Amino acid sequence: MTTTLEKPTAASAISLADACELIWLEADLLDGRDYPAWLALWTEGGIYAIPTEPGATDLAASLNYAYDDAAMRAMRVERLTAGHAISSTPAAATVRTVSRFRVTAREADAIEVRCAEHVSEYKFERARFWAADVEYRLVRVDGVLKLDRKVVRLINAGDALAGLSYLL
Amino acid sequence: MTLPNTPPAQDWAALAEDDRVASSMYTDPALFEAEMDTIFNHTWVWVAHASELPQPGDYVTSWVGRQPVIVQRDRKGEVHVLVNRCRHRAATVCEGRKGKAASHVCPYHGWAYAQDGSLRGVPYQNGYAPDFDKSKFGLKALRTEDYRGLIFATFDDTIEPLSDFLGNAKPWIDLFLKQGGGFPVKTMGEHRFRFPGNWKIQLENTTDAYHFPIVHRSFIDSLDEQAEETFTFLGGTGKVEDLGNGHSVMVMIPELVDLEENLDAPIPDRFKALAEELAKTHSPEEVARIVRAVGGTGFNINLFPNVACSMAFFRVLRPVSVEETEIRHICLGMDGGPEAANRMRMRLHEHFQGPMGFGSPDDAEAWTRVQRGVHGAPDVPIMVNRGVGLETTSENGLPVGDVSAETGMRAAYRQWKRMMQA
Repeated sequence: MTTTLEKPTAASAISLADACELIWLEADLLDGRDYPAWLALWTEGGIYAIPTEPGATDLAASLNYAYDDAAMRAMRVERLTAGHAISSTPAAATVRTVSRFRVTAREADAIEVRCAEHVSEYKFERARFWAADVEYRLVRVDGVLKLDRKVVRLINAGDALAGLSYLL
Repeated sequence: MTLPNTPPAQDWAALAEDDRVASSMYTDPALFEAEMDTIFNHTWVWVAHASELPQPGDYVTSWVGRQPVIVQRDRKGEVHVLVNRCRHRAATVCEGRKGKAASHVCPYHGWAYAQDGSLRGVPYQNGYAPDFDKSKFGLKALRTEDYRGLIFATFDDTIEPLSDFLGNAKPWIDLFLKQGGGFPVKTMGEHRFRFPGNWKIQLENTTDAYHFPIVHRSFIDSLDEQAEETFTFLGGTGKVEDLGNGHSVMVMIPELVDLEENLDAPIPDRFKALAEELAKTHSPEEVARIVRAVGGTGFNINLFPNVACSMAFFRVLRPVSVEETEIRHICLGMDGGPEAANRMRMRLHEHFQGPMGFGSPDDAEAWTRVQRGVHGAPDVPIMVNRGVGLETTSENGLPVGDVSAETGMRAAYRQWKRMMQA
């Protein structure tokens, strides 16, 4: 099988550069814990998911670490910012890089991208490190590119994991 | 012949008094070694739920104290609990967490074991003398019994049957399993996490309602008004009851004790959409039963020493070292039940449990603080006296405290003390 780089065929199609720009913006907002701005990046029906099994497929019918619709994302942001959760007050500091982008599907007003994410976390003299494959579906709504689906597949998803006081 | 592998006996039992325990209970490595032998090798330890290995040949790997075991269903359907250690030179023979296995073959020299643990194959057997007897080198098997699908194992052939050990806890387990909503209860995945602290901190927590409004404020804040009221149970009519043998039950939400009663009670707002969906394919009676069961029960059963039936899930602890404990929160569902109901159960589990849950990370943080704090003023005891002097007596002749009493912790420590002075 030959692997080829997929290029947009129509001038109006979403380019990989556009997709990268949004994904990097999201990464920067999450490291800066600008959660209201992060919430605004999503479509109304968007799903943010972190599976418990690395190869999980039907996430709605599986147990996840997070399977968030808009209401649950808003509640999660409230939890992380209200100051009432002892595990996230203070939150850990994070620095993440997102790279190795590859277009996996493309439609008229949508693009699917898979990439690598590395997150370093620091709190209370302890550093931790996460690695994940992340699958994005981005859609254009009224001319604006939005997050419609984000699945974070941690390489150690099936292991014992300690609490996360931020978003991957 | 067992080789001596524990330090000489000490008066460990003196560390636990009726209403307080010594700080070294959480920190002394020698005590931890003694517990692993005296307690975990001599009582019934939960290893699996039958639905984790439904078919002949299915297995899961688990633990009895620090000892790795394989819980294996053979082709006839019988469950064997086998120490995961080759009888030759000790390598584990199975590294999967779950799966199907016709046999287990040691990766080191190829000794092959059947599903019941018997040794079937030894490569180049002519290197052993003719009197080498394979029947003496099967995987070490544990005594295995189950109660309604909860599988326990023990290394001790002399202790009472599991049914007697569970005793007064059995009717509560029966009530817990009613959350199948008319279907058998099955496991649907799990969240696992570790915290840097002693296993007894977790053992205490399952029977601790006192912490709930403090530690879990962010969870309570995320609920709708009705659910918030349901989860505001301190000062309510709940209770903690000592069930004997170290077990206890904490009833937080009395109206959710028997899920087959009050089936005509109004459906809470948060379950109305589910009820409407189920109504398309189920009778009103079935809808009422499933919806009443979907959120789980209103109580925690704490089973000494390592498992709890906790509202809607199994909570299993594993002591890793004196200052490290692993915890599994196993999600439960309705086996053969409607997918919409099982999805809702998974979403509810995710809401509280797991590294991104609205509850578990805060529990883990509180327990971590306990372990850090207990190194200060080690001469000061840990108090478990809440409710002492205020308790009544159950029909079983055992103490009952209000919902926030530390009655369940005292029950667990009484069993701990009984075992440690044996």
